[in-house]
Amino acid sequence: MSERAPEQVATTYREAVRAGLREALQREPRAFLMGEDIGRYGGCYAVTKGMLDEFGPERIRDTPLSESGFVGAGIGAAMAGMRPIVEVMTCNFSLLCLDQILNNAATIRHMSGGQFSVPIVIRMATGAGRQLAAQHSHSLEGWYAHIPGIRVLAPATLEDGRGMLWTAMNDPDPVLIFENIMLYNMGGTIDAAAGAVDIDRAVVRRPGRDVSLLTYGGSLWKTLEAAATLKEQGIDAEVIDLRTLRPLDDATIMESVRKTRRAVIVDEGWRSGSISAEIATRIVEQAFWSLDAPITRVCTEEVPIPYPKHLEDAALPSREKIEAAVRKVVGR
Amino acid sequence: MSATPDVKPRLSREHSLSLLRQMLRIRRFEEKCAELYTQEKIRGFLHLYIGEEAIAAGVMAALSPEDAIIATYREHGHALASGISMNAVMAEMYGKQEGSSRGRGGSMHIFNAAARFFGGNAIVGGGLPPAVGLGLGYKMQGLPHLAVCFFGEGAVAEGEFHESLNLAALWKAPVLFVCENNLYAMGTALQISESETEIHQKASSYRIKSESVDGMDVVAVEAAARRAVAFVRQGQGPYFLECKTYRFRAHSMFDAQLYRKKEEVEAWKQRDPIKRFGDWLKVIGLAHDRDFQAMESEVAAEVTASVAFAEAGTWEPVSDLLRDVYTPKGSA
Ligand SMILES: Cc1ncc(C[n+]2csc(CCOP(=O)(O)OP(=O)(O)O)c2C)c(N)n1
Repeated sequence: MSERAPEQVATTYREAVRAGLREALQREPRAFLMGEDIGRYGGCYAVTKGMLDEFGPERIRDTPLSESGFVGAGIGAAMAGMRPIVEVMTCNFSLLCLDQILNNAATIRHMSGGQFSVPIVIRMATGAGRQLAAQHSHSLEGWYAHIPGIRVLAPATLEDGRGMLWTAMNDPDPVLIFENIMLYNMGGTIDAAAGAVDIDRAVVRRPGRDVSLLTYGGSLWKTLEAAATLKEQGIDAEVIDLRTLRPLDDATIMESVRKTRRAVIVDEGWRSGSISAEIATRIVEQAFWSLDAPITRVCTEEVPIPYPKHLEDAALPSREKIEAAVRKVVGR
Repeated sequence: MSATPDVKPRLSREHSLSLLRQMLRIRRFEEKCAELYTQEKIRGFLHLYIGEEAIAAGVMAALSPEDAIIATYREHGHALASGISMNAVMAEMYGKQEGSSRGRGGSMHIFNAAARFFGGNAIVGGGLPPAVGLGLGYKMQGLPHLAVCFFGEGAVAEGEFHESLNLAALWKAPVLFVCENNLYAMGTALQISESETEIHQKASSYRIKSESVDGMDVVAVEAAARRAVAFVRQGQGPYFLECKTYRFRAHSMFDAQLYRKKEEVEAWKQRDPIKRFGDWLKVIGLAHDRDFQAMESEVAAEVTASVAFAEAGTWEPVSDLLRDVYTPKGSA
């Protein structure tokens, strides 16, 4: 029996997400999409382009600008037996439906004493980097990861962009998927038969001995670049892609930290009260005696994101900042 | 006993030319911005107001300098018509510290305290509640000012719209709501976003006096705005003005406009507010070709000067990144 190499196809993150959505609609008759400008306009980041023609307006539902209304309606439809996949254009606008997500989606299972589940998927774009200024550049995934009752995913790769959706849709509880805006144009190749992936585990994207770099989403690629540069300088960094921010995969994190004995967390959220703070605390709680150096964080500066490029860049985690933080932690 | 104040616009030659000049300034400024965007001098999102100039020009002509203004991310026209210098607006588009918001806001967030311009707000519907509060605050202090809030018809679907109208009506807050109904919210046409497409009717359900006006006719807009302002200033509560208009350009610079027909755009261009008013002034003999030529060259000079000003402007040092997150102690 000869193993044939799986066929690889060129794609982009945007297309990979679309492929995941199409598969969901093709295979699950109860699935439907709704959101602002997903149909006629083709999606604000063109993710759903062409899907209205393929699936029709019943299943690709353009909504008015009513985030609270249609996310709440998605929650209801989920309880009625459908499998709604709701697109909120960006996490910036998800603040208008925060009430529905937190007070309904996340709590109904518990409040009802386990009688009702809410199998809804809510996708949204996140992140800064396009000079969209203070109201359009938030990274709120860490914030959402504070909430019990929901799962929070941050697909960073083509495989996860495509494969997390199916698993999320089949989860009985609300799942939020955060797609970093800087990833949509990212190209690469993917296994033509790529399909569902797990949404439970963090993954080692680059093995190393000297320091663990813990990150997710758009920051993964900056971190991998930094790790490559550091390697040339003799520092062997391990890069962990968290993939799921709630629940965190403590086992993979601790295994890495116990091995390298040093941790740097890279997170596009603001530093105070961020997911990076949660991760650092868990390392202290669970792996304190393995540490050889203080845990360090590279986060977004505590300022609303400014419009000019040089100031936006200065506010965000960068490859250079990651490298500097790592050099400090390893003392080189 | 409220005597009907004189609310008709006085169409002297001088006033007519000032209305025309205001619209032309906005048009030529934005045409330049579109060019600068392709040269990457202006970045981020750029939403052009071209086609809708009669509304900003007409409404501003009816206001007093102390009145507060809140607009959306499509606010260059309102900013210019409210008296903010073209230099300051252009420098803001560049992100230079000589800009009206010190470069921090960019195209979507023009602010100016002297002009009582409380910003371009880039969250749809986000400007309405603060406008109610501005009006309420003035009223509670016995001040005669009012707050004017500009927003698109897309915002009407948001809960914040309904909450704001209700509050303003309940509290008789001195607020002029100006809905710029350009028929599309990004790619979503009015008839698929609203069950009641006569927007001004919605105001009646909150017992707010309202009217609908041809937003392509600057004189009609000014006349309606004068009626509205007089009503609000007499302490009779809020007023709702729907201006029917059309955006000639794409929603932003990333819009392929798949949702509307070229013929429709062309038909609306026949009603170009600048051409229409200019032609009419000629017909009634209030202005002549030489006036238009003089005006064009004045405006061109102003635009050229604003570009030079922005080009000569300076970048804020990165060391200032964290300023203006909080108000310095003792300064307010
Ligand atoms: C709460 C919120 N949801 C979505 C968006 C994305 N968005 C920006 S402008 C826009 C369309 C708004 O249309 P309308 O209110 O009619 O104003 P127009 O752009 O036509 O001037 C959308 C959907 C946003 N900025 N805020």
